[in-house]
Amino acid sequence: MADVIRRPAPRVDVDKVKADFPVLNRPVHGKRLVYLDSAASSQHPLTVLEAMDEYYETTHANVHRGVYALAEEADRRYEQARMAVGRFIGAPHPAEEVVFTKNATEAVNLVAQTWGRRNLGPGDAVLVTDMEHHANLVPWLMLAEERGIELRWLGITDEYRLDLSDLERQLQGVKLVACTLMSNVLGTVTPFAAIAEAAHQAGALVLADGAQAVPHFPTDVGALGCDFLVFSGHKMLGPTGIGVLWSRRELLQEMPPFLGGGGMIRDVRRDGFTPNVLPWKFEAGTPPIAEAIGLGAAIEYLSALGMDAIRSHEAGLTSYALETLADRFGSDLTIFGPHTAEDRGGVLSLKYRDVHPHDLAQVLDQAGVCVRAGHHCAKPLMRRLGVNATARASLYLYNDEADVDALAEALAQAGSLFG
Amino acid sequence: MTGLEDLYREIILDHYRSPRNRGELPTPPAHRTEGFNPLCGDEVVVYLQVDDGVVSDIRIGGQGCSISQSSASLMSDAVKGRKVTEVRTLIDTFKRMMSIHEARLGDGESEGDGPGPVDVDELGELAALQGVVKFPVRIKCATLSWNTLAQGLDELEVARG
Repeated sequence: MADVIRRPAPRVDVDKVKADFPVLNRPVHGKRLVYLDSAASSQHPLTVLEAMDEYYETTHANVHRGVYALAEEADRRYEQARMAVGRFIGAPHPAEEVVFTKNATEAVNLVAQTWGRRNLGPGDAVLVTDMEHHANLVPWLMLAEERGIELRWLGITDEYRLDLSDLERQLQGVKLVACTLMSNVLGTVTPFAAIAEAAHQAGALVLADGAQAVPHFPTDVGALGCDFLVFSGHKMLGPTGIGVLWSRRELLQEMPPFLGGGGMIRDVRRDGFTPNVLPWKFEAGTPPIAEAIGLGAAIEYLSALGMDAIRSHEAGLTSYALETLADRFGSDLTIFGPHTAEDRGGVLSLKYRDVHPHDLAQVLDQAGVCVRAGHHCAKPLMRRLGVNATARASLYLYNDEADVDALAEALAQAGSLFG
Repeated sequence: MTGLEDLYREIILDHYRSPRNRGELPTPPAHRTEGFNPLCGDEVVVYLQVDDGVVSDIRIGGQGCSISQSSASLMSDAVKGRKVTEVRTLIDTFKRMMSIHEARLGDGESEGDGPGPVDVDELGELAALQGVVKFPVRIKCATLSWNTLAQGLDELEVARG
């Protein structure tokens, strides 16, 4: 992924982009809204909101059941969204390999509860990393409790990168590597393809947590070499309530179903049931139809700008932020994460002098600047960093240098208040 | 007035920068109680020395934001040397000051069915924390040490029958 930024790419016209996002027009505490929390959840362009409205106003019906025109149309649009998602990540067989879930968290749980329960038992190991989000830890910890599997941990270096020095030994006996593509705290982009190759040589499968990376980088499941990819719609301009699991067709076919109910069966008898074919085998009950259509519209918006252009914009802005903050605050400000934009995304976890992250976020809020304060659902990483919490500013395609300047200005205010 | 000045009153910042009664007491005879705010990871430790129904000494440990730490510091000053019964009343009054405003923010209705209005004068320096109620997310920071104190008093009561 890191090589992408060296290619020339069309530029993102941020003023034009900002105008597409209605929420960015609202003031907060009488100030311009400076939204720097897209790593938690991103905002929505008008086209996404309109696509969902338009669906409800003209088309809504349940999918996979009706023969009437409305239902057929709803069905078609839901499946079109699936195809759009598949193309977006380079899925070889999008119609079968893209499973809609509630979010990335549910997608990891799906893998743990189906593939994991079938294939993992006492003595088997799952390799995770110190920079995982709880979503890619707790499902495996649950499996460790339930089935006695071993959880192994890849550590991080003092430069906030994964420590791969002992990877080969750590991979011995590992059946699955579950690793993020990009840390939601450090912004570190992991060398996923290399890890996947080593894992495959050791006979393990690899799951990529793409919740942070897929919204910001061009993604290709083939190039990554992953066996599972999970991500969430609401971090990539889409609505909440829709997420994605991608996996290889042969793997999905072998996996038992996840949730049981309508839609996921081909036949139900008194003595049992036959699961449906892919991908519906994993989609029990009425799915989030409007949300899938919204995600489809989000992908259309991102693709029209181009993921290369978006990454290039964010890399430039991240460089600007790293330089601006270092120049202005020097050693008063710690940024947990790689200090060059090349192998990191626009996630800036900050520690400013001894100001508690909650106080920092509160002062920033009064300046209209939205950042997140807390452990960011990554408590093992917080312990490794030796902090209880950080204040995290995260950038996206609608942020510009003025937003970074507003952050710096608000940080200075916090400094004088708590100085 | 900007909201921030309301929240970060000078007296709060003073107690945050120079916390009173900071430290530990030997247990026993003192009683130790821990409180956590799982949302933000703040923690407070209250060491209580109660003799003949009087809080004869108190120490505060732990770490957290300016609101949780200053509230604990102000609390320690307010309860030291007071009778346990008075301290109980103060805890109630303080928590009412927080919750009344929360109700107002919540539904805009009067606090008709709740307890009577809080006499802020009765709270002395603690009234400085009144501004916190305009920031609902931070109310838990302000009440953390008070809930921990109440729990400590409960535990002592149980222990002594």
